[in-house]
Amino acid sequence: MRQFTYVIQDEVGIHARPAGMLVQKAKSFQSSISLECNGKSADAAKLMAVMALGATKGMEVTVTIEGEDETKAAQDLEQFFRENF
Amino acid sequence: MERIQGKAIFHGIAIGKLSVYGKKRQRVKRQKAACAEHEKERYFTARDQAAAQLREIYKKAVQEVGELNAQIFQVHAMMLEDDDYNESVLNMIATQGVNAEYAVAKTGDNFAEMFAAMEDEYFKARSADIRDISDRVLAALTGAGPAAVMTEPVILAAYDLAPSETIQLDKRLLLAFVTEVGSTNSHTAILARSMNIPALTGIRLSEDWDGKPAAVDGDTGTLYIEPDEAVLETLRRKQKEHEDARALLLELKNKETITGDGRKVHLYANIGSTGDLASVLENDAEGIGLFRTEFLYLEKDHFPTEQEQFQAYKTVVETMAGRKVIFRTLDIGADKQVDYFGLDKEENPAMGYRAIRICLDRTDIFKTQLRAILRASAYGSLAIMFPMIISKQEILEAKRILEQIRLELEQEGLPYRDVEVGIMIETPAAAIISDELAGEVDFFSIGTNDLTQYVLAADRQNPKLDACYDAHHPAVLRLIEQVVQNGHAGGAWVGICGELGADTSLTEWFVQIGVDELSVTPSMVLPVRKVIRDIGRT
Repeated sequence: MRQFTYVIQDEVGIHARPAGMLVQKAKSFQSSISLECNGKSADAAKLMAVMALGATKGMEVTVTIEGEDETKAAQDLEQFFRENF
Repeated sequence: MERIQGKAIFHGIAIGKLSVYGKKRQRVKRQKAACAEHEKERYFTARDQAAAQLREIYKKAVQEVGELNAQIFQVHAMMLEDDDYNESVLNMIATQGVNAEYAVAKTGDNFAEMFAAMEDEYFKARSADIRDISDRVLAALTGAGPAAVMTEPVILAAYDLAPSETIQLDKRLLLAFVTEVGSTNSHTAILARSMNIPALTGIRLSEDWDGKPAAVDGDTGTLYIEPDEAVLETLRRKQKEHEDARALLLELKNKETITGDGRKVHLYANIGSTGDLASVLENDAEGIGLFRTEFLYLEKDHFPTEQEQFQAYKTVVETMAGRKVIFRTLDIGADKQVDYFGLDKEENPAMGYRAIRICLDRTDIFKTQLRAILRASAYGSLAIMFPMIISKQEILEAKRILEQIRLELEQEGLPYRDVEVGIMIETPAAAIISDELAGEVDFFSIGTNDLTQYVLAADRQNPKLDACYDAHHPAVLRLIEQVVQNGHAGGAWVGICGELGADTSLTEWFVQIGVDELSVTPSMVLPVRKVIRDIGRT
């Protein structure tokens, strides 16, 4: 299992368009990926659930990755968060 | 026959069927379904159909508004594939034995309510996205077809039209717009003007108008439902007069814009993107008096690079083939959504951190744009103007940066030409001290939209203030006259690039006070030329 935390820098947070990009990214890995934020958790492969987190600027998101390609997935996702949120 | 009085936001006559858009939220009945498997099949078919429509809309949007603004439609398609959404629909069908329509409507409502209950305004607004996709699936299920797809020419009636909605419309099939809300300065008004079709606002819509014959009189602001023969006859005659006038105007193509007593006025067009170039040429504008350069910034999710900007600017300059193109440098602020600028939300963006204020503060952004513009100058005739100026200091600073860029290009051996430098006169401050500013620039261009709202302290986006927002107010007109006099005394030529430039009731006065250039929306070039040519020719 891999895990990292990230504090959202983006003004509006994980909103519709970037949430869509995140879900696409998450689906490209074998591992199961979950997000925790704002006292809620979501499967990163489910768009509505990810949006329903309501992750906005300043909130901390914990990303947990579990599965065969978890090392690569963790690296890629961390970079993805830095670039997009 | 029913006769409804609204407010005209663009003139013209249209006769045709009404299509009521966006109000058609189907009332869905809960029914017992005989076979759950059959309902599931129906759902899958409808969902795939809806997804296919969204992919088409996305493609169209990429071309019309750019990749960044189009992505929302891709997200909509992804929402349709969402596991939770699909499970909810399928689960209702399986366990409650209901029809697919009810399962979709109920699921859509549930998800929409979940978002509506969220605290953050942005996330709250996502409930509209959920309703949008659910309505699309419902339309596919009931065979109604999505409301926005038009198969014949129609008068489109809607509560309001967002820019993203107008994307979906086949513009060739639009006869007129009728909306409930929206001011004369709204997005719909601008679209109507650029398409040259009548538009009314302030009309309370009724759902059962859909499909009924109707007529729009954009001269008087009247909508007729099921018009009788007498009304139709009057309107057809008016329509013919409009068409004749239009034909006459087309004869004015390639004619000089000159008054009967020999005074020449430069008649240019305003554009908001490279997509407007075709109508500039079609309407025979003598140049571009206002090139709003924001579009490149709005359609991307990163700062457009020098090369990206250079390519777009070069296209415009080359297409205009030697006719003048006046570039207004970036006018962006908190009222335009550009995430990557990282602008704070403001109470009053019109008076906020925008335009030249951002450019002089974040000179990296400004320099990139100036380099791209100056490089494009090698390919045609180009001028630069700075928006939102309030002081001489700002002009000197902007010119200093421009000179620095010129030296850079010189050193790098990149080609450029000398360009005229001007400013927008859109703040009362700039208008009042225009005598002091004239010596620093080659030209002034009066932005009457902002000037009017600042002088009259009337927000032009607020429909309740349409009566206050009077561009003919003596305070506005006197300032314009002063600016023209001060400009000329200081050796600067003076143009008008706001909406007022196209107001033909003022054209003769503009010529009298010595305005050198008028820059108008492309469809108004020929009407204004006609008025100018008629001056002193009785």
